[in-house]
Amino acid sequence: MNITGLTTLLVLLITQTLTAQIGRPFIHDPSTVAECDGKYYTFGTGGGGLISNDGWTWHGGGVRPGGGAAPDVIKIGDRYLVIYGATGGAGNHKGAILTMWNKTLDPKSPDFKYSEPVVVATSDGYEENDAIDPGVLLDPTTGRLWLTYGTYFGYTRLIELDPKTGKLKAGNKPVDVAIVCEASTLVYRDGWYYLLATHGSCCDGANSTYNVVVGRSKKITGPYVDNVGRSMLEGGGKLVVATRGSLIGPGHFGHIILEKGVEKMSLHYEADLEQGGRSVLGILPVIWKDGWPVAGEKFKEDTYEIESVRRGYGLELAVDFTRMAVGPRGFGQPNNDPIKPVQAQQLADVQKNWPTGPITLRIGDYMSRPHQKWTITDAPDTTGYLGGPYYKIVLAGTDRALAATTDAEVLTVPAFTGAPEQLWRIDQLTDGTYRIMPKIVPNSGKKLALVSSGDSTPTLAEFDFNSDNSKWNFRAAH
Amino acid sequence: MYRKCKPLLPIIAFVVLSALQPGGLTAFAQGPGPGQRIPLPPIPVKGDTTHTLSKHFTTAATAKKAPDDKGFIQRWLVLEPVKKDIVRNNIFTDNYLRTTFLADNFSSDYTTVPKDGETVKVGNQELKWYALDSKAFNVNLYHFTYAINKPKYGILVWLVTVIDCPEEIQNVRMAAGCNSGSMWWLNGQEALMLSGDRDMIADNGTSARLTLKKGRNIIRGAVINGPGMANFCVRFLDENGSPVKNISIRYQ
Repeated sequence: MNITGLTTLLVLLITQTLTAQIGRPFIHDPSTVAECDGKYYTFGTGGGGLISNDGWTWHGGGVRPGGGAAPDVIKIGDRYLVIYGATGGAGNHKGAILTMWNKTLDPKSPDFKYSEPVVVATSDGYEENDAIDPGVLLDPTTGRLWLTYGTYFGYTRLIELDPKTGKLKAGNKPVDVAIVCEASTLVYRDGWYYLLATHGSCCDGANSTYNVVVGRSKKITGPYVDNVGRSMLEGGGKLVVATRGSLIGPGHFGHIILEKGVEKMSLHYEADLEQGGRSVLGILPVIWKDGWPVAGEKFKEDTYEIESVRRGYGLELAVDFTRMAVGPRGFGQPNNDPIKPVQAQQLADVQKNWPTGPITLRIGDYMSRPHQKWTITDAPDTTGYLGGPYYKIVLAGTDRALAATTDAEVLTVPAFTGAPEQLWRIDQLTDGTYRIMPKIVPNSGKKLALVSSGDSTPTLAEFDFNSDNSKWNFRAAH
Repeated sequence: MYRKCKPLLPIIAFVVLSALQPGGLTAFAQGPGPGQRIPLPPIPVKGDTTHTLSKHFTTAATAKKAPDDKGFIQRWLVLEPVKKDIVRNNIFTDNYLRTTFLADNFSSDYTTVPKDGETVKVGNQELKWYALDSKAFNVNLYHFTYAINKPKYGILVWLVTVIDCPEEIQNVRMAAGCNSGSMWWLNGQEALMLSGDRDMIADNGTSARLTLKKGRNIIRGAVINGPGMANFCVRFLDENGSPVKNISIRYQ
């Protein structure tokens, strides 16, 4: 292997390391990431929280009084309801869940002021419940506000809050919905209520076995049953996300719907081995498979075929197709020649025939040819979006970069310059396919995505989750 | 975020994590600050807190008992807990369980059936057997130890029950879940080990295919737990994975 090859391999090995979030994303038991005036916020155990301007780079600065542990946040109307456990799992299992309102999550805003917290649930230290780890759902079908809470000390319980006051709804009594888990929350989708909860051990760094599981029910009060028919009151649960790579022990799931087909989960990893074993914030795509949520993957840097879901063709440079010097060997005729591998077509074999300036694109039969392979890496850019950085997409082995144009088309430019129209956002969608979007479309305020216009023509247009024109797959192309 | 840790662990983890970074709490989050934490409101006790077995168990009758409608075995002879000094539950490796259960054993005869109320010695501890029916599908040993006013955390609990089969049943599997580690024997043979820091999950582990003899079959179990609620559930599954319910349970 030559030096260039070795360097490439090392770069790939380094960049393949899974990254949760960047900046100072250190937090334990994060609340569901909430957006407020264009910024993202999450609050953690102990008080305070993290803020991000773009959802990728995080820093401290969030303010949540009250101490305690494992808060959650939900926006209701034009206010934010912040819910937290007063104790964080006291040894005597006495605990309380409190709620408080704020008009904004931005501590620098003149409107930033928390209301007096009110108690909505308690545990007396004897009952089979420890009132910590709240999670909330505003039922989109009824407008009713539900809260689950509890930890391994007995049951996870469900109560109903008044969405106008944040107080316990008058006369409401807790309902047991799960056992031996913690950090629960509810999600509604397509007629099902999903109860997500964390199993395994926390607070033991790289030895923590935290993982998130799910059960579902047609009724908010349960029973929540897993994929093999086991109730969460029997410990049941289907895995949503577990340790991946150097990111150990995910827990405290929070559900974020950005738009139709684009959903994320916020969580923390008990330990990020790449960051000294610290507990860090993580954001992953949510995929819905056969009616169950499962964690998608943060996009991995590699060289890919970019496949249009519309027809299955691959994105390619609009250059002449160059035949390989391997003719048909004849069919049905005896041939006893030795069988030898044939070298794939090389970039150098074809590149010399390409224009040196901008080259347009098309979508064509994927033939594993040099004009069809794209190397996608984290762009040398500090900005990102919720859960990921912007990517640089270049033709493999070249610096020829994919770019958006002022007339909402796409082409390649001879060299990557880092211009925002050459930076690409990649989101895994709820069906497992991907959306590819330029950071900007020059001279346009529109938010457009790479789409297939006809089978063979790539362009930029409004993203439509209901159309396969808007979706892409990445297939490793080495 | 409580988890079966020592009560101080979350706090320790928080302090350590905060200290690990420049700016301490600033980068981690904004700490609550001195006096910022709101004291717990008065929380009235909501139920019976007396140490009584009858809240979660009934005294087992001499008449045979059927498993519950999902096949869970609710009748057990339960030995008072052997006190163990256990800081965290992820120490329960296979080797740890074998060594500990061998050392802290009341009898090396795994087919012996103790008598209700009998006392046995484990090390220097004199421990008493209770014949109980759990009111739930599982047997919550935290409730048991609370009821008899014995240590609730850091415990090893021995268990025995007797399964009567009207006929031989082949290719069954013993299925168990426990918090946190356990071993199970059928008719003197080791059937199942659940090592590690486990949660009490129904059918979390299953044995190899076993045969339940016609007549009397003896199950021995040992559950060990540090912090958190010690807990277990056991049933048999047939070769189709359905609960075995045509059995009866007794403690003699």
